[in-house]
Amino acid sequence: MKTHIGPALRLTLALLLLLSAVYPLLVGGIARLAPGGGNGRTVSILGKTVGYADVGQSFTQDRYFNSRPSAVGYNPAGSGGSNKGPSNPDYRKEVQARIDTFLNHNPGVHQAEIPAELVTASGSGLDPDLSPAAARIQISRIARVRNLPPDLLNRLVDECTEGPWLGLFGPEKVNVLRLNLALDQLK
Amino acid sequence: MTNELLGIALIYGLAVLSAYPLGKLIAAVYAGRPNVMDWMAPLERLLYRIGGIDPHRRMNWKEHLTALLTLSGVWFVYGFILLQTQGSLPLNPDGNPSQTPDLAFNTVISFIVNCDLQHYSGESGLTYLTQTAVVMFFQFVSAAAGMAALAVLFNALQTQATDRPNNFYVYFVRSITRILLPLSLVLALILAFNGVPASFEGKDTVVTLEGDTVQVSRGPAAGMIAIKQLGTNGGGWFGVNSAHPLENPNFATNVAENVSILLIPMALVFALGFYLNRKKLALSIFLVMTVGFFAVLTPSLTAELKGNPAIASLGIGQPLGSMEGKEIRFGAAASAFWGISTTATSNGSVNAMHDSMTPLSGAMQLLDMMINAFYGGVGVGLLNYFIYLIIAVFISGLMVGRTPEFLGRKIEAREMKIASLVALLHPLLILAGTALASHLRVNAPQADWTVRPAGWLSNPGFHGFSQMLYEFTSSAANNGSGFEGLSDSNFFWNYTTGLVLILSRYLPIVGPIAIAGLLAGKKYVPESAGTLPTDNATFGLMTFAVIFILAALSFFPALALGPLAEYFSLP
Repeated sequence: MKTHIGPALRLTLALLLLLSAVYPLLVGGIARLAPGGGNGRTVSILGKTVGYADVGQSFTQDRYFNSRPSAVGYNPAGSGGSNKGPSNPDYRKEVQARIDTFLNHNPGVHQAEIPAELVTASGSGLDPDLSPAAARIQISRIARVRNLPPDLLNRLVDECTEGPWLGLFGPEKVNVLRLNLALDQLK
Repeated sequence: MTNELLGIALIYGLAVLSAYPLGKLIAAVYAGRPNVMDWMAPLERLLYRIGGIDPHRRMNWKEHLTALLTLSGVWFVYGFILLQTQGSLPLNPDGNPSQTPDLAFNTVISFIVNCDLQHYSGESGLTYLTQTAVVMFFQFVSAAAGMAALAVLFNALQTQATDRPNNFYVYFVRSITRILLPLSLVLALILAFNGVPASFEGKDTVVTLEGDTVQVSRGPAAGMIAIKQLGTNGGGWFGVNSAHPLENPNFATNVAENVSILLIPMALVFALGFYLNRKKLALSIFLVMTVGFFAVLTPSLTAELKGNPAIASLGIGQPLGSMEGKEIRFGAAASAFWGISTTATSNGSVNAMHDSMTPLSGAMQLLDMMINAFYGGVGVGLLNYFIYLIIAVFISGLMVGRTPEFLGRKIEAREMKIASLVALLHPLLILAGTALASHLRVNAPQADWTVRPAGWLSNPGFHGFSQMLYEFTSSAANNGSGFEGLSDSNFFWNYTTGLVLILSRYLPIVGPIAIAGLLAGKKYVPESAGTLPTDNATFGLMTFAVIFILAALSFFPALALGPLAEYFSLP
């Protein structure tokens, strides 16, 4: 043991310098060239930052496409999922309450048409996206509130829909912040 | 759905295709053969010189273990002090507090042993100093220590003495300089260029479109996320790990991260074949692991794509599958695939909340960690598999009436005793731990602790039991994922899982290395017609049966009480 303590201490110090100083500073330095300069990508309108491109925001007003439910209320100082198990009776009641709220705000929509992702909380509590179906089901409400033709909104959702990666891999998604910013630009 | 399945096919395919050449490189690195990373030699010489290490000194198995344990001891003291004083140290732009002694104990142990249980949330529980100089540092060195331990096994399994390097520090340093650090740099830059933060800036304040003022947590995350995946560590920068949009911003980063989870565990199996020049043995091991991997993946994938029956009974559609605790940009298939990848390899990072997945997924993730050798953690996965192999050799030897031999050396009572003890330790720690927690939860719900046992679980019934079972399984498997609804940052959980972590890391390393050391000291018996071959399909099947029987017999009752009971109770 004794013969190993010296090497263990000195090797640890040298590796600390390499792995915890040189390595992160090198990554951070090169990342300055990345979009967002290594600070995370932000979205700005007229020079004013309105959010992070990848971090979801809370949208609960009827005039915007609403984002998914979040266990942390879209507070990006932290993050978190509901951690409710599939068989939890309270969880079932919570989802039922979200369905009822959604039906109240979206008259004319049938319960069976509501996609589950719109009434279930994401893993991070900061999900920036909706599925295209979860965006489309909100069109008639927004058309009514904003007095816009539904066709226009349909095209808007189409434009903001990002297909699978490289056209092949993974699901389709719509970034809610981007969609709502585009919505505000209409008219 | 097709695109989602193509997505996971791409991840698996890329992992296997990159693991093969990487395995070749790793074998050359440990065997001291010329390789493309030789330009790292000057840096390595510098590290040996600072460390006062003679890289040519040859070690026996006991010295290897002493070196490993001494390093771990130094790391423990260092980390334990820093975590408890981080609040008053520099690089703390968000003003986060120091950790309590029980939390610091759990955190430092779980990172040294390559588990990364994380009873804190990164945004508030650590500072930039401890994230980089404690947590990320341990992610590198604990992975390298596991790989070095495997290199010791490789060396001991050779049929004749060679002049290949046989020094723990050499294996350890080369694992960092030639494998972990270069790969991490590449992955970190891929992540940074996809929007993962890499600078030391603190929280940013933003006013959202609806007018809320929020603070966005950031920090030098990209570098840490890279080594967390490549080193099967799993401890994330942010609380929700790779479900966080700044830790895993899109499907491309999800592919890169998930490939990295599988990459080195797979490559090490190929490395065994190249190092010992026994490609057929490596291939048969790889196939057994692969069959096992897909056997646990299939039920989980099917269940997640089908959705939660309790949600279906509310009369809404689940075209994307079960989406509670999942992110839109990954979808159900890539989340289920990640869940199996991360539990099979002892990684423990998550891109969706396992607590909210369907019961069959929970069962398969638990089974993965109970077996802990389908690819497995870097280094230690193959060490675990070696134990199953020894048991399979012994049992099949008894069945056909031949002397049990592995790679030309007799397996005798002493080796078998060690193998059995290591194999039995895993169920003992998991089941005894879960039993103790369940006992307290039922019989002392109001015990006068900061968090009373009555408040531990976020779910009632069978799922609540699964939450406790998962925590001990994850600790004993050095995995680090969790059913995160469990209130685990308190006295009871921090200390009990901390102890489980120590035992379940070091004994499964000491055991196989001792066996290999003992075997290496025995007379070599050349393989003959009378030798039971250990690299064909029959023996592969035999090993699979041993793994399955050991896991099924020891764990089936616990699985039946938790996830299986929940499965049958759903509409």
